Amino acid sequence: MYDIEIKNISKQYGDVIALNNINIQVRKGEIFGLIGPDGAGKTTLIRLIATLLVQNKGEIKALGYDTISQFQEIRNKLGYMPGRFSLYQDLSVIENLELFASIFGTTVEENYNLIKDIYSQIEPFKNRPAGKLSGGMKQKLALSCALIHKPELLLLDEPTTGVDPVSRKEFWEMLSKLKNMGITIFVSTPYMDEASRCDRIAFIQAGEILDIATPDEIISNFDDKLIAVKSDNKYKTLQDLKTLNTLRYVYPSGEYIHYVDSRKEYSISGIMEILEQKGNTNIELKLIEPNIEDCFMKEMMVRANERIIH
Amino acid sequence: MKRFFAFVRKEFYHIFRDKRTLLILFGMPLAQILLFGFAITNEIKNADIGVLDNSKDVTSLELINRIKASGYFKLAEYGNNTESIEESFRKGKIKLAIIFDRDFGKNFQLGKNPELQIIADASDPNTANTLINYISSIVMSFTHEKNINNKISLINTEFRMRYNEELKGVYLFVPGLITIILMLVSAMMTSISITKEKELGTMELMLVSPMKPYTVIIAKVIPYTFLSIINSAIILILGKFVFDVPIQGSLILLMAEIILFILSALSLGILISSITDSQQVALMISLVGLLLPVILLSGFIFPLENMPLWLQYFANIIPAKWFMIIIKSIMLKGSGITDIWLETLLLAGFTLVFALISVVKFKMRLE
Repeated sequence: MYDIEIKNISKQYGDVIALNNINIQVRKGEIFGLIGPDGAGKTTLIRLIATLLVQNKGEIKALGYDTISQFQEIRNKLGYMPGRFSLYQDLSVIENLELFASIFGTTVEENYNLIKDIYSQIEPFKNRPAGKLSGGMKQKLALSCALIHKPELLLLDEPTTGVDPVSRKEFWEMLSKLKNMGITIFVSTPYMDEASRCDRIAFIQAGEILDIATPDEIISNFDDKLIAVKSDNKYKTLQDLKTLNTLRYVYPSGEYIHYVDSRKEYSISGIMEILEQKGNTNIELKLIEPNIEDCFMKEMMVRANERIIH
Repeated sequence: MKRFFAFVRKEFYHIFRDKRTLLILFGMPLAQILLFGFAITNEIKNADIGVLDNSKDVTSLELINRIKASGYFKLAEYGNNTESIEESFRKGKIKLAIIFDRDFGKNFQLGKNPELQIIADASDPNTANTLINYISSIVMSFTHEKNINNKISLINTEFRMRYNEELKGVYLFVPGLITIILMLVSAMMTSISITKEKELGTMELMLVSPMKPYTVIIAKVIPYTFLSIINSAIILILGKFVFDVPIQGSLILLMAEIILFILSALSLGILISSITDSQQVALMISLVGLLLPVILLSGFIFPLENMPLWLQYFANIIPAKWFMIIIKSIMLKGSGITDIWLETLLLAGFTLVFALISVVKFKMRLE
């Protein structure tokens, strides 16, 4: 049973292709993460599901309804939190909440148990104008407003962007609770580290889906030997690694450079020697376990290489 | 229905919490009517004039005194020769000069066509015209008085300026201001408030909600209708008690016509907001596309009759033109609906067309 079925979706803005032949199926009651960098097409895809845009090709069914012909049915049962804080800044916290409750023909009291955990944190500030809240509190209010009508499907567009790490952690804990209440959640994020919080994820890059799987599957499918390199001059080392003819792909990651060789079997010390010959100093080289970001980078790099070859 | 009222209440919150909106809504009408009523006026008082009296006798002195006593003129220059009068004109010291012929007094007494030359500074034609008219009427009544015993019979023309006997500017300004302010508040404020929701992203959330588009629109429009009615009431009351502008016709008819005009302006505002997504553009369209034609082509400041024919035809598609005719007829002439049914019908037609287009153009999605 799927709550969202995306079939062969393509979306263009003029000549720009925003989404190219996307296929995703989101199961009832799961947290599905759409993960990709800025400009990958995350917002466009969420807006298509939210019945706010019309695709050029393909079809989307949300909660069993077609997003074009049956959009009114979807709008009644959908909770949507746009990427930008979009509540009325001049209305107070409680006024915003009551407004959204009455728009959906319900009351704050009726569904209070659903938002209690989240709302109780901002309730002390309920008479403050929404525009004067801090980032984390704004986000909690926006989530409360999206939940007040007890939606069956929750669409969250980059809910944690611009929010501090503590609030981000809290936010994901709230999402887990909502999932336990039976709400299907479709969330986009540019943060790779948030992928592990999702039941399943899809990598999106330049309007295309690179991979769909559970976070564990994605990591266990990573069969390359991944090396982390560190030296005194990171930039020089990166350039030197790029000149190796046995290179498969390389990219900077935090204070390290992540390197994958095109050979299956080789010795790490060989790489070390070459780097030393090229004048790199204080080199640290180690074999590491991949994380989600490495999996994303691999998919991206491999596709980019394929494109160059073709 | 509950949804609807929650939405209307929200609109009122927006208006009353934004000081700038409040200032435009209520400060501007007050400032404008006081400004137009007291300061900006085309009536002329105490205009500086020069006199060159070559006659220097009882009659000329009497006429000069009569002109001075009228209140319209102030003697700024009593010249000795034409050069000094010329000089004062160039320097802008005087707006008008009266030159008496050397035999003015003698000829006047004999009834032999006395000559009086009046020169006006026509670099400002409107003022020059008004001054000449004032002077002519004073001279005419003077001549008439002095000729009572004379054999020459003069035709005594008597003017009556109907509906505005004293030619008060404020009689025109009050209806004009109501037109402008209703247009401004209703069209500009609604278009800005809708585009503001688009800019801030709240429209995105409203679209995703089950609210029907016409509910969103009507809920937006109600507070502004209400405030515009209050605004026109303020202007009418100020006009009546501060400037003595009468309301000759039925007050109910007047208010009904005002509401009709408000609705046409509101639907124009919604139409503008459906064209653009930015507050800036909405403001520009409202100012240039609505306010300017209303000021220039409604007959408020410039009489339509003097405009080129194509511009007169163009003015016909401006609802404000018809509303100006309606409101002036009711307020100043005391006309009833039987006199202005055609204009009312046209205005209602415009409103219906604008409202229909804006409902059709209202987007259910972001694109």
